[in-house]
Amino acid sequence: MARYLLARLIALVPILLGTSVVAFFLIRLVPGDPAIALLGLDADPQAIAALRQQLALDQPIVIQYVTWIGHIFAGDFGRSVQGGRPVLPLLLGALGPTALLAAAALAISLAIAIPAGIVAATRRNTSADYAASFLALCGLSMPSFWLGVLLILAFSIYWPILPASGYVSLTADPLEHLRHLVLPALTLGAALAAATMRMTRATMLEVLRSDYVRTARAKGLPRRRVVWGHALRNARIPIVTLHGIQLGQLLGGVVVTETVFSWPGIGKLTVDAIFARDYPVVQGAVLLTAVAFVLINLATDLVYTVLDPRVRLS
Amino acid sequence: MSASANAIHRPAGMAAFLRTMTRDPRAALGLGLVVLAAIAALGAPLIAPYAPDFPDFVNTLSPPSAAHWLGTDELGRDVLTRIVYGARTSLFVGILSVVVAALAGTGLGLVAGYFGRWTEALIMRAMDVVFAFPSILLALAITAVLGPSLTNAVLAIAVVNLPVFARVARAQTLVVRQLEFVEAKRALGFRTANILLRTILPNILAPVIVQGSLLFASAIITESYLSFLGLGAQPPTATWGNMLRNAIGFMEQAPWLALFPGAAIFLTVLGCNLLGDGLRDRFDPRD
Repeated sequence: MARYLLARLIALVPILLGTSVVAFFLIRLVPGDPAIALLGLDADPQAIAALRQQLALDQPIVIQYVTWIGHIFAGDFGRSVQGGRPVLPLLLGALGPTALLAAAALAISLAIAIPAGIVAATRRNTSADYAASFLALCGLSMPSFWLGVLLILAFSIYWPILPASGYVSLTADPLEHLRHLVLPALTLGAALAAATMRMTRATMLEVLRSDYVRTARAKGLPRRRVVWGHALRNARIPIVTLHGIQLGQLLGGVVVTETVFSWPGIGKLTVDAIFARDYPVVQGAVLLTAVAFVLINLATDLVYTVLDPRVRLS
Repeated sequence: MSASANAIHRPAGMAAFLRTMTRDPRAALGLGLVVLAAIAALGAPLIAPYAPDFPDFVNTLSPPSAAHWLGTDELGRDVLTRIVYGARTSLFVGILSVVVAALAGTGLGLVAGYFGRWTEALIMRAMDVVFAFPSILLALAITAVLGPSLTNAVLAIAVVNLPVFARVARAQTLVVRQLEFVEAKRALGFRTANILLRTILPNILAPVIVQGSLLFASAIITESYLSFLGLGAQPPTATWGNMLRNAIGFMEQAPWLALFPGAAIFLTVLGCNLLGDGLRDRFDPRD
């Protein structure tokens, strides 16, 4: 396992290096002087000159990159154009709400997708299967912000039982926190559930046809135990893989969902920073999200080596 | 089934394609929805009852009625008209971004798969890096840096989809380059460009086209995200995404502003997904 982990970590190095290069060049793509892009148009000329020197902007591009990555490793992501606060604490402060939202969406998606996928597979070509499959396809085809808008219309305007937007800290008021969490988590979780349900159905159909399931049935095991105890155990690997990939994409999905529901996470921070032309925050958020995305993919790989030792051995 | 049989797809005629699609009710429904969106996009000036930016200040925020089937917005502009014109933007961005991504991605995948070694390593690691970003975030970052516009939205969505085509094309090229007819052309001294473009490319196109049809739906959704966030085509150009962005401020007074543009995105993407599933069933013998 340690050797496998080491190999996977080594394989990550060029990817992480590449993501840092992309994040570095983001600022260089902004028309004009990167120092002005980082400090804002109204910045003091002396501060701009100082930053140009600090970032080695008069040096070749490779030196500029090395200087920049050195600052990143030292935890210096620059300062926000708005108010001059350091970027890293801003990003870390927004990570908490995003993590809570993502965890809730993940829980909702699993609670919907696994039972629905199993029902669709075990009752193949019945109305239950058609309904579950069609709903999954609808979930995949629906832009998440529209689902968010529909949920707000239904549960905040016509039947006002849940708040349409905002955030209350979990420690300040857990119940209010949950009430604010329901609609954004449902919005994010629905798209995740749709893809996972389709994968669960497809994988379960394949597993249910295998010899060992036929043997388990022939032995007279109860249907519930065959499906949940035997078949689902082997169907987990592709489901976990897809869920891991989807979870990574969910980091992108939070951008829109957090904007719709004014949820103060990393997504809303990024969008607000884009409109304020706060490029240090945009750059930091992009880098942090990409690193999180890569690490989630690594975690997914590691989870399925635990679920299926054959992956590790091969 | 042998590798060669998997790799080589005989081109089907349009009639055969339509016959296959219409035989599968899901694909037929998908085709119908996509054709409807295409008719709206192509025939917008003929179909739309009003001009897209025509303000009717007497009928601002009016609900669906005989005069305005899907109601009007805060400037009295007809929602149906703007949805019909919005189809132009959405489909234009969807098609163009997928075509750009397909051309560039297939080219890169073809070169990577054929030449192998460091060329392949360089190209595919670069693709891995693009894949290391959540697609919406990368598209958002690109449009944020280049500035919000329709062209930059197309570019951003194309960049995000580039690695998908590169991976599919590379995988198919790896299979096809070993086949006898490619070996024969090499032995006969044909130029590399000729082998790549006239021999390998036609044999890897089917999965690329299927992938394109599947990515077309996601391109439409990504465009709607960008427009919704204010980073796509700028007002007064009508897009489904910026109509929804505008609707957020009027959800209590005029819910139809949010319902209908969202439904247009949903039905078009649903149509693409159904059609994509049908195409995959038709062209991918492994399924």
